[in-house]
Amino acid sequence: MTGPATAPLLAAAAYTSGNTGETVVFWVCAVIAVLGGVGMLLSRKAVHSALFLAATMIALAVLYVAQDAPFLGAVQVVVYTGAVMMLFLFVVMMVGVDMADSPVETLRGQRITAVLFGAAVLVLLIAAVGSTVTSSAVGLDEANTAEGGNVQGIARLIFTRYLLAFEVTSALLITAALGAMVLAFRERHRRARSQAEVSRARFRDGGHVTPLPGPGVYARHNAVGTPGLLPDGTTSDLSIPEPIRGRGVMIAADSRDVRAVRHLAVGRPVVSDTAIVTGAGTSDPAGPTASTEEPAPAQGPLSPGPEEQGVVSPAAAPRDDAAPPPDGTEESGDGA
Amino acid sequence: MNPENYLVLSTVLFSLGAVGVLVRRNAIVVFMCVELMLNACNLAFVTFARMHGTLDGQVIAFFVMVVAAAEVVVGLAIVMTIFRTRRSASVDEANLLKY
Repeated sequence: MTGPATAPLLAAAAYTSGNTGETVVFWVCAVIAVLGGVGMLLSRKAVHSALFLAATMIALAVLYVAQDAPFLGAVQVVVYTGAVMMLFLFVVMMVGVDMADSPVETLRGQRITAVLFGAAVLVLLIAAVGSTVTSSAVGLDEANTAEGGNVQGIARLIFTRYLLAFEVTSALLITAALGAMVLAFRERHRRARSQAEVSRARFRDGGHVTPLPGPGVYARHNAVGTPGLLPDGTTSDLSIPEPIRGRGVMIAADSRDVRAVRHLAVGRPVVSDTAIVTGAGTSDPAGPTASTEEPAPAQGPLSPGPEEQGVVSPAAAPRDDAAPPPDGTEESGDGA
Repeated sequence: MNPENYLVLSTVLFSLGAVGVLVRRNAIVVFMCVELMLNACNLAFVTFARMHGTLDGQVIAFFVMVVAAAEVVVGLAIVMTIFRTRRSASVDEANLLKY
C-alpha cells in the first residue's frame, strides 16, 4: 500500500515545500483567473462570458491541484468546466446568442455604484484576511498520508463525519433534477394541428401563403446569409432566415447578380445600376446594399461576361410568365 | 509559498463576481457571476484546509460544488421558462412577480 502511494505524495510534497514551482504556477493561474473574471464581466455577449468563465475555472482547478487537492481539481474540471459550463452554453444557444446587454443603464449611476461597492468589498475582505492570517500553513502532507492519499482521506471524512450532509445532498440532487424537469416541461393543452389545418389557417389569416423565397444562392455565393434578389433588383428580407437576420450577418449581393436579374426583368442589358442600388437601399435599410460594389473586384480572374450568361440562362425559364406580376406581388409579400 | 496569496486571489474573484451580479442584466450572465463567487469561496476553503492541515475544508468545497450544480440546473430551468413566456432573459423584464 505504501509503495505505490509514496511517489505521488512526494510529488505533491514538492509543491507544498514553498519552492519556486508553486510560485510560478500560482502567478500564471492567478493572472488567467483574474483576466477570465474581468473578461466575463466586460464582454457583451453571453457566449463570450461563458468561455471566459470556463478559462477561470480551469485555472482554479490547477490551483487546487497545486494546493494538495488533486481530487477537487479533477472534480472542478469534470463538474464545472465539463457539466455546468456546457449547460450554460446550451441555455445560451437556446435563449439566443444574438442577445447582448444593452449599454443603456436603467438606473442612473448604477454601474459606478456597483464598482465602488465591489472595491469596498475587496478592501474589506482583504483587510479581514490580512488581520486573521498570522501563522504559516501547516500543510496537508500529514492529513493526506494518514489515510493513504487525498481521495481516501476525503472519502473517510465524507462517510463518517459528514455522512448526514452527504445523504441530504442526494435528496437535494433528486429534488433539483425533478424541479428542472417540471420547470422545463411544457404541457400541450391542445392537440397538434394537422397539415390541412395549418394550410387552411395560412390562407384564412392572409400573410405569406407561399413558401418563403430561398436565399440568394447563385454561382457566386453559396451562403444562406446572401439575400435573394427580386426581379427589380432589390433584395428580399424574407429570403434570409430569422436568426441570421437577427444577428445582422447578411452578405452583400453582388452587383453583377443585381444587374443580371435586372436584365431578366427589363429584357435588355443594364449598364448602370445606380438606380438599382438606391432602390435596394430604400427597400432594405439594414441590409448591406451600400457595399454592393465591394465584392465585384474580389472575383477578379473570372470574366464577368460569360458568367453573367451562366447565371442568366438557367433562370430564364420562369421569366415569361413570372416577370410582369412579381413587381407588385413580391413587394406586397415583402411588406407583409 | 504564502497561502495568503491564494486568499487574496479568492477575494478578488469574489469581488468581480459581486460586481457582475450587480451590473449585468442578462440573467444567464448573472448566474455565471454567482458561479464565480462560489468558485472563489471554494478556493478559500481549499486554502484554509491547507493552512490548518485538515481535509475538512476540501470536503466543504466538494459540497459547495454539489449544491452549485443543483442551483445551476434549477436556475437555468427558471431562466428558460421566463424566456419562453417573455421572449427575453433580461432581469429587468421579469417584473410581474409583484402582482
